Amino acid sequence: MLYAVLCYDSESEVSAWSKELDDKVMADLGAVNQRYAEAGKLGPVARLMPTTAAVTVRKGATDDIVMDGPFAETKEQFLGFFVIQVETLEEAITFARELSAANPANGTYEIRPLQFFNPGGPIK
Amino acid sequence: MTELAWIDLALTSARPQAMGALLRYFRNLDLAEEAFQEACLRALKNWPEKGPPRDPAAWLIFVGRNSGIDQVRKRAKHQPLPPEEVLSDLEDTESDLADRLDGAHYRDDILRLLFVCCHPDLPATQQIALALRIVSGLSVKQIARAFLVSEAAMEQRITRAKAKVGAAGIPFETPDAVARAERLGIVAAMIYLVFNEGYSAGVPERADAPFCAEAIRLCRLLLTLFPSEPEIMGLTALILIQHSRLDARFDRQGQIVLLEDQDRTLWDRGLIDEALVLIDKAIRHRMPGAFQIQAAIAALHARAKTAAETDWLQIDLLYQTLERLQPSPVVRLNRAVAVSKREGPEAALALVEPLADKLNGYFYFHGLRGGLLKQLGRYREAHEAFDRAIALATTPAEAAHIRQHLDSVQREMANAEK
Repeated sequence: MLYAVLCYDSESEVSAWSKELDDKVMADLGAVNQRYAEAGKLGPVARLMPTTAAVTVRKGATDDIVMDGPFAETKEQFLGFFVIQVETLEEAITFARELSAANPANGTYEIRPLQFFNPGGPIK
Repeated sequence: MTELAWIDLALTSARPQAMGALLRYFRNLDLAEEAFQEACLRALKNWPEKGPPRDPAAWLIFVGRNSGIDQVRKRAKHQPLPPEEVLSDLEDTESDLADRLDGAHYRDDILRLLFVCCHPDLPATQQIALALRIVSGLSVKQIARAFLVSEAAMEQRITRAKAKVGAAGIPFETPDAVARAERLGIVAAMIYLVFNEGYSAGVPERADAPFCAEAIRLCRLLLTLFPSEPEIMGLTALILIQHSRLDARFDRQGQIVLLEDQDRTLWDRGLIDEALVLIDKAIRHRMPGAFQIQAAIAALHARAKTAAETDWLQIDLLYQTLERLQPSPVVRLNRAVAVSKREGPEAALALVEPLADKLNGYFYFHGLRGGLLKQLGRYREAHEAFDRAIALATTPAEAAHIRQHLDSVQREMANAEK
């Protein structure tokens, strides 16, 4: 089964990290990724820019409306995702636990099975 | 990360919202700060045992508010109560907290907190110090070190600034749209001051230069609160691009490396990309402003793969637009740099010379003028200009940079005499 593992956290806390801490977290998460990649289980991984860089397109009465900012104002923000191919939900949960252990923040990982997946080609 | 370090981060990130709300309740900076401190102490005791609250800011506001009310009551036993209106609505402690924390106020709370730090009677350095102390929560020691003054002197400065703000009265009414826009503009200018203080301090060590990082944090905070303000996008983009060059701006000896000589692979592409997105977003609003134009100029530098590929024509045009929007001798001076690249030092010098009266006490004026005179082979005048510049240098790196110019001018003069 293919799963997306979605990372949610308080953006204001994560952006208060020092550069050193941020680098260390990325390296620690990278180490977890590396093991799953070597086992052929890891698909695309992305970290999103801050929500302040986002715009949101909504249906309007006549034309679509482009609004500044993320879709939802929430205490935790959607910060990034991983795609993995594992046999069981338990294995997906283990992966999320490993990410969580590598990540000092009190964030949350949502595990969501994929219904449709297009891995895409290399981006030029 | 240890538990304490995590709590520390949570307190730091909740601080602006919590302080803003406490200031609204107590209408007194000192009382709000004491209440916040007390709430933090309780958090340090309480959170490790019971786990972090779902909403740290709400927790801190609730606890801080109650402890502040206790304080006011204790003091009231020793001195007459202040007038009722000063105490705001202290009595309705039991009124539903949820209603007060639903976010209806928090934008204006945080804006007010930033705004009181920008009181026009406060000199720039005091505005910066106050904002870093009150909003960012940097220690007096950290701020004092960055300003190269003793902790006691900085403590005194901040106390005086607070007294001035208190005497002026804190504008606690909810601003209307016009007043809000005005506050936002003033706060943006203050944040840029904070950034520039860190930027021009020229300390290559990240740990010693928290001002730039704080300014970025404040920008992002403002942008979260006011997501559709193109000038705030512009300011954020401008700061991000300038900060992206941190690792390239100094060599190993701490000497300044000029933009054209910098190793561009050392620029932080992540920060630049974020800035470019923000500029794209800002442009969609079709409401040009000074920060957006400056960000666009910075972006042209950031986009050039080598110094030679810099689009000086575009930069010159953008400076001309900026001058129309915000005429200032410093903008004219910056434009002169673009002109010198396009048309040569003579044309640039013609722009620079008339600024002498207004910029006589400005380091960069004499630095640029000296550089142009040197290019024109007018070494004696260049020497005089660099002499003036070095006297106005505020950091060792600035002085060392001008010293190099002086040395090379002296060599040229000696050669000429041979």
